[in-house]
Amino acid sequence: MYPKGLRTLALATVATLVAGFALVFYYAPLDADQGFIQKIFYLHVPLAIVALIGFILAAVHAIRHLRTGDSIHDARSYIAIHISVIFGVAVLVTGAIWARASWGHWWSWEEPTLVSFLIVFLLYCTYYPLRYAIEDRDRQARYASVFAITAGAFVPLNFIAVRMAESLVHPRVFATAEGGMPAKMWITFLVCFAGMSLLWLTLARFELSAKSTSASLARLRRALDGDSVTRTETATRPTRTVPARATQS
Amino acid sequence: MRPFAAILAKDLRVELRTLQSIPAMVLFSVATFVLFRFGLDRTQLDGSLAAGVLLATLLFAAVLAINRLFVAELEQGGFDAIRLAPVDGTSLLAAKAVALVVYLALLELVAVPAFAVLFLDDWGGLPALFGVLLLADVGLAAIGTLISSMATHSRARDVLVPLILLPLLIPVMIGAAGAADPLLAAGGPEYGDVGRWLAVLALYDGIFALIAWAVYDFVLED
Repeated sequence: MYPKGLRTLALATVATLVAGFALVFYYAPLDADQGFIQKIFYLHVPLAIVALIGFILAAVHAIRHLRTGDSIHDARSYIAIHISVIFGVAVLVTGAIWARASWGHWWSWEEPTLVSFLIVFLLYCTYYPLRYAIEDRDRQARYASVFAITAGAFVPLNFIAVRMAESLVHPRVFATAEGGMPAKMWITFLVCFAGMSLLWLTLARFELSAKSTSASLARLRRALDGDSVTRTETATRPTRTVPARATQS
Repeated sequence: MRPFAAILAKDLRVELRTLQSIPAMVLFSVATFVLFRFGLDRTQLDGSLAAGVLLATLLFAAVLAINRLFVAELEQGGFDAIRLAPVDGTSLLAAKAVALVVYLALLELVAVPAFAVLFLDDWGGLPALFGVLLLADVGLAAIGTLISSMATHSRARDVLVPLILLPLLIPVMIGAAGAADPLLAAGGPEYGDVGRWLAVLALYDGIFALIAWAVYDFVLED
């Protein structure tokens, strides 16, 4: 059972990503300094930006969850963090490959953006142990939202602090990469960025529908077993809540 | 204001009678200094190395107190009492955070002179260093209280507190170590660059104090 538009979204994602990678290899010029390896930029940077936007989105959904108490927002916040953490693994791996190819080391502490990203990634990894160490569903959702809000505010603050720590030792000119980029590179980058955003959205929508389907399946199964009258009532209601939630006390 | 004062007085009195947090933190800190003496194989420290050893030790020691901050409330029904009483939940947050700042300040009053005796040649930067540490303590207390009261309700309290807290405290480490580095410099303290790091710490304190205050009611709610 697919929700409306998921198939179209998935097809659009595939088309944009294919177009983006075609542009990367056949249209974008070779970088004068770094040569072919610079093309990983079109993978690494969109992934990182989309992952960070995902973390911020998770905080926004968490605020809405705390304000309304509707667990659909908690589910969205969870999925946003989940997909962004997966993207984060890809960001760190592609970043390490790029660093190895252009500086000869797998890791560079002089690159404040990459270091900040590692710290943010480490923080969001602790979302899972926190969430799954709390048994009560309602409390689990609330604490997960509190975490998502705190961590969402942490993201920009952390970038400021890490950049300051670096600029003291290595004065660096910001906008070296973006500022001097030719138009052909910009177009390629924007198409890749659009593709990655669509990929994130498709994965998030897909996970949301998978979770709500398995939740309603569990609810139907309980209803079939004749568990209790109240449960049957909730089962007949069309609902998209993901972690099955007891009626609000 | 009265519930805040009552909870704070209760916490400080309990700590005074049981002595379960502060002496443990002090012992932990001094033992860690000795560990670093052999780990680094250095008898004298200055600059960034001194700042790093001192602040890493103090942050880890803080985790000991943060772990225990709400245990009594959970075991003896303090959380339920707060929910039953007609008081604002944030007074619990504020009282616990201020108690934590007091614990950390007392820890630093003992641990920093001990560190100076063990490793430092020049003690001139110490008065300013206490100011930096106090600013770091406020941020540590705001975020530590929030995380501790969530972790207390989980199955894995002792693991979760350091796990979540350490990444969150990296900006505190950056700010406090950046400020402490010139204060502990080999040739005597320099004050030129300290201000910008204090600004980072103050920004951190402000943001997380506000966030903790804004979300704390949802942590207490049941």
